[in-house]
Amino acid sequence: MSKKKFQGWRRENGRVGIRNHVVILPLDDLSNAACEAVANNIKGCIALPHHYGRLQFGEDLELHFRTLIGTGCNPNVAAVIVIGIEPGWTNVVVEGIRKTGKPVEGFAIARNGDINTIAAASRRAKEFVQWATELPREECGLSDLWISTKCGESDTTSGLASNPTVGNLIDKMNDEGAYTCFGETSELTGAEQECAKRAATPEVGEKFLKTWQAYMDEVIEPHKTSDLSDSQPTKGNIAGGLTTIEEKAFGNFEKIGKRTNYVDVLKPAEAPSKGPGLYFMDTSSAAAECVTLQAAAGFVVHLFPTGQGNIIGNPIEPVIKLTANPRTARTMSEHIDLDCSGILRREMNFDQAGDALIDVMMRTCNGRFTAAEALGHREFVMTKLYRSA
Amino acid sequence: MDSEVLAKETGPRGAGSGVTESGKPIPHFLVHNPKDSVGVVVVEDVTAGMTLNGWVTDTDETIHVVAKDDIPLGHKVALRDIAEGETILKYGHDIGKAVAAIPQGGHAHVHNVKTKRW
Repeated sequence: MSKKKFQGWRRENGRVGIRNHVVILPLDDLSNAACEAVANNIKGCIALPHHYGRLQFGEDLELHFRTLIGTGCNPNVAAVIVIGIEPGWTNVVVEGIRKTGKPVEGFAIARNGDINTIAAASRRAKEFVQWATELPREECGLSDLWISTKCGESDTTSGLASNPTVGNLIDKMNDEGAYTCFGETSELTGAEQECAKRAATPEVGEKFLKTWQAYMDEVIEPHKTSDLSDSQPTKGNIAGGLTTIEEKAFGNFEKIGKRTNYVDVLKPAEAPSKGPGLYFMDTSSAAAECVTLQAAAGFVVHLFPTGQGNIIGNPIEPVIKLTANPRTARTMSEHIDLDCSGILRREMNFDQAGDALIDVMMRTCNGRFTAAEALGHREFVMTKLYRSA
Repeated sequence: MDSEVLAKETGPRGAGSGVTESGKPIPHFLVHNPKDSVGVVVVEDVTAGMTLNGWVTDTDETIHVVAKDDIPLGHKVALRDIAEGETILKYGHDIGKAVAAIPQGGHAHVHNVKTKRW
């Protein structure tokens, strides 16, 4: 491994970011328009419109707050403006983010209207942007990195080459003391017993199996029709040669390397608390939902192996795409950051491919835009657990 | 790998022809584990009748099979005759069952393989 240092932003709480966003965060669907207006007025900030935040309750509301607060707390974010329809829940998000020590301010639309809110929030956003753009970067090490992974539009080349390439990186980063994270509860179906064996302790393995079983019992069983074979594997997976969920699961599972054991099982958007190492997070296998939750848990760079060519990005953590499918590398080259199809031709081994991915990741950490960033992919999708009240 | 089920080498042909810098043939298909009953075609133009060379990644072995069908990139080729109801092995693990007999060299996919889960 050649490079072990990168230039990052060390935040008030000690965490390291590789991007320096000023985020305009809507509490709820109603506040999207004001947030987008502020982001249009003030250059250098990004609005994160989403669909929810009204009449949610219980665990679903907790997840909503955890995702919004976690997104604001992510060290790739320098400062945050929160806009909500009313001040109560807006302040819940503001106070949650304020614990990091970063600048954050909330605005409520009630009794002000959109136009006055946009004016006041824009003035503050301008101050935040000018402050953030002057923040110095400093030399940071691999143990400062929080790396997430999730695959999409997988095909058989994913399990053969691009997922094991990520696995090779995960093993090497684990040795360096990085935090890493995988998810996709439903897509471990078929490999769940093997996955349980990769837990660091039997208790963590039990926690994984309970999480997987709960997903099966609460989500799949009550809602499935006769068969899930039309969505797991997806049509894209099937076109790419994947036949069954088990086959997809064993391919998926290649992403966590050969020798790294996961140290804990996280709830959706839950931040890791057991120190450096690999974490499993309970997530949907839909790409944007999963990456949004991982970013909300504090991960700053994402590795996304694809077979048929998923084009997802994320507004908070840069998404690095790799593929081993030579046709995808040729026909969708503008979306691909690393072509590892050489593995399939015996031109490259996993160790070399893993090093090539580390090189791309370090360049990304130093500021180089990923393909998804350059193309403007900013999919921000909240996970909703059940219908609102 | 049982050598009896493998076709005799007639020399690599088709899209996967040629050799790597180390002198090994560029594979038409890859196999994860020596126990596997299917391999994955990794080149774009496999047609029925071609002799395919395959690379078993776990053991670094080279094996051969004659394609019985045209098989697209990323799709699976049966490495031996598989009976209806038989478990399909890939990654050395159970990935489903054959719902129709699949001859050695045949295309194994959703028309003849199904999950045991649902």
